[in-house]
Amino acid sequence: MLYGGGVDVGSTQTKAIILSEDRTIIGRALINTGANVSMAAERAFQEAATSAGIPPETVAYVVGTGYGRYKVNFGNAQITEISCHARGANLLFPKTRTVIDMGGQDAKGIRVGEQGDVKDFVMNDKCAAGTGRFLSNAAETVGLSLDKIGPISLDAKKPVRLSTVCAVFVESDIMSYLAEGKTVPDILGGVHSAIAARTVALIRRVGIEPEITFTGGVSRNVGMVKALEERLGFPVNVCDDSHYIGAIGAAIFALERALAGEASAGMSETSKLTAPVPSRPGAGAQ
Amino acid sequence: MAQSTAKTDYQGRIHNLQKDMIGRYYARLTAAAENRGEKAVYMLISGNPVELIEAFDMIPVYPEVNALQLAVKKQSLPLILAAEEMGYSTDNCAYVKADVGMYFAGRKTPFATIPEPDLLLCNYVGCNVYLQWFEHLQEYSKAPIYNLDVPFFRTKAIDPSEEDVSYVVKQLEDLVEILERMSGKKLDYQKLQRIVELSGETGALWSDIKRLAQRRPTPYDAYFDSVMMMAPLYCLRGTEDGLRFFQEAYKEMKQRADNHEGPLPEEKFRLVMEGPPPWPYLRQFRDMFSRWGAVAVASTYSTVGGIWEFGFRHDPQRPLESIARHMLQWNVCNRNFMQRYQQIKDYVDDWGADALVIHSVKSCRLFSAGQGDMREYFTKQLNVPTLLIESDIEDPRYFSEAQLRNRVDAFFEALEHQRMLVSK
Repeated sequence: MLYGGGVDVGSTQTKAIILSEDRTIIGRALINTGANVSMAAERAFQEAATSAGIPPETVAYVVGTGYGRYKVNFGNAQITEISCHARGANLLFPKTRTVIDMGGQDAKGIRVGEQGDVKDFVMNDKCAAGTGRFLSNAAETVGLSLDKIGPISLDAKKPVRLSTVCAVFVESDIMSYLAEGKTVPDILGGVHSAIAARTVALIRRVGIEPEITFTGGVSRNVGMVKALEERLGFPVNVCDDSHYIGAIGAAIFALERALAGEASAGMSETSKLTAPVPSRPGAGAQ
Repeated sequence: MAQSTAKTDYQGRIHNLQKDMIGRYYARLTAAAENRGEKAVYMLISGNPVELIEAFDMIPVYPEVNALQLAVKKQSLPLILAAEEMGYSTDNCAYVKADVGMYFAGRKTPFATIPEPDLLLCNYVGCNVYLQWFEHLQEYSKAPIYNLDVPFFRTKAIDPSEEDVSYVVKQLEDLVEILERMSGKKLDYQKLQRIVELSGETGALWSDIKRLAQRRPTPYDAYFDSVMMMAPLYCLRGTEDGLRFFQEAYKEMKQRADNHEGPLPEEKFRLVMEGPPPWPYLRQFRDMFSRWGAVAVASTYSTVGGIWEFGFRHDPQRPLESIARHMLQWNVCNRNFMQRYQQIKDYVDDWGADALVIHSVKSCRLFSAGQGDMREYFTKQLNVPTLLIESDIEDPRYFSEAQLRNRVDAFFEALEHQRMLVSK
């Protein structure tokens, strides 16, 4: 039996998945990334193997993805989370044509082909507006934990209109609404719909085609799922493994490569990808 | 999704020739700064009449070229911060800020001492902010300023109207009078004709070099290596030295093309590049593409100072008119968006490109405005895979390597995957 491993090292959390040869998820792990990215990657992978009940060294091929992918030192290859989310979404929801991925620092829209191939993608600019960071700052300002704000936002009667989607300035916006006596559900309703509006505007640049699969850490937030569906006018696919979709995609790539005979020494082998050779300074660049 | 190891820049004979010639150009600037040389005329890259300046033996000074040199040499940030301390906003053009910072730091750079302007010859072909930039320089230096009003190429017509041409010619005639007063001598018309002829021959060679990039593999990277050839095009156009540089460059590139030598060991993807490069991190930026075997076969940035590859040539029989036409029509900056689209489309079709990469500039909203639509147009209407990424031409604070690389990698992963599906 061949196994493929995928490790998605995100800015906030690290996810690991083990797939068996028939593409069944047999192991998963989710931990906070923290400061030591390499260690987080390794620990998540070990935990996933343990949950699969197999020794880590029996995993034939491991693909790292996410921002910390180059820190997956034991992996065989690195692939961006854009490619991985497309493949992962294709496995869980084969009719996926659009992926909305919301993570700690990123919001992405990916147009996906029938084979899970990336047709086009857009990402947020270098700014955390409308990402998971915005939600966690909002949660902190109203004194709630991140997992509470989604359900509470569903109780909004008259969601407030936020003047900003800036992850920093949202705090003063919320403070002024609290001072005005607005309820926490109404404020959180406003927070979620502001992000949904910004995200949908971003995704429209690649074109929105159903089915839409919602991935990334924020997909666990029921308030965000509802706000997105309202804004889109379509249902979005989510499931318990939505958070893992990047790691699942990475594991599919790993499995394919293992089946194609690319795997060799497994975990002991370092990256197959060669780093670019440093060049001389720009050719007298003008 | 294997990436190739690649050497990432071309260094040939003309690289040394370029260093030598541009070194001498900067020595002229230093000499002028020390009052040992010619009068200095500050100009902008897009839509300038350098031939007239050469005809009066004055030296062109390009604040844009100086600013980008500062960025390449990692000198720009302290100068930008100095300008911000003076009150320039973080959102202002970083070229302007680096230039102003440099001006107040005594105009001394690692490559030259930049002379005070004897004339500020402004236009707004490349950008509206040029007007404010040169207005500020006028305030600081007290030098005279002349604004060339070059009408934007705003119609669907292939050629500018005769009214527009004569409007610009009239201003060039005014400029001749100014230069005559400054220099104390009359315009030598035959000398101007010879200079315009040199510009025409230089343009023809530059055009031939660009056409060589249609070969497979392209003998040079038409973005990252073109910028090396752009300095002589601006600083030495209309001179014998400038012509010699392009004769040598053509010979070398032709030989490379005939020998099937490219800038990378393997040419996997042919790109058209839109927008200026991130000068403070040029090498890192280049490596992001080279590691995928991606090479530029055409670029719009290499046409900010002139477009010759579609047939324009300066005409020594009509020197002022052809300078005017060059300013009006034959540079990318004065063109409207539909013409800019067409130029890129021609590159994609005639140069056999696989994809378009747009590098958007954070501190230049004027050039970047509309690039989102451009991405949509090429992706959705023309089915040309297009990547839009952003950093800055001058300000190193806007270069986020991990984010850029993530987008570039994802783009090429998708292109490779598409190719694999097609070949199945």
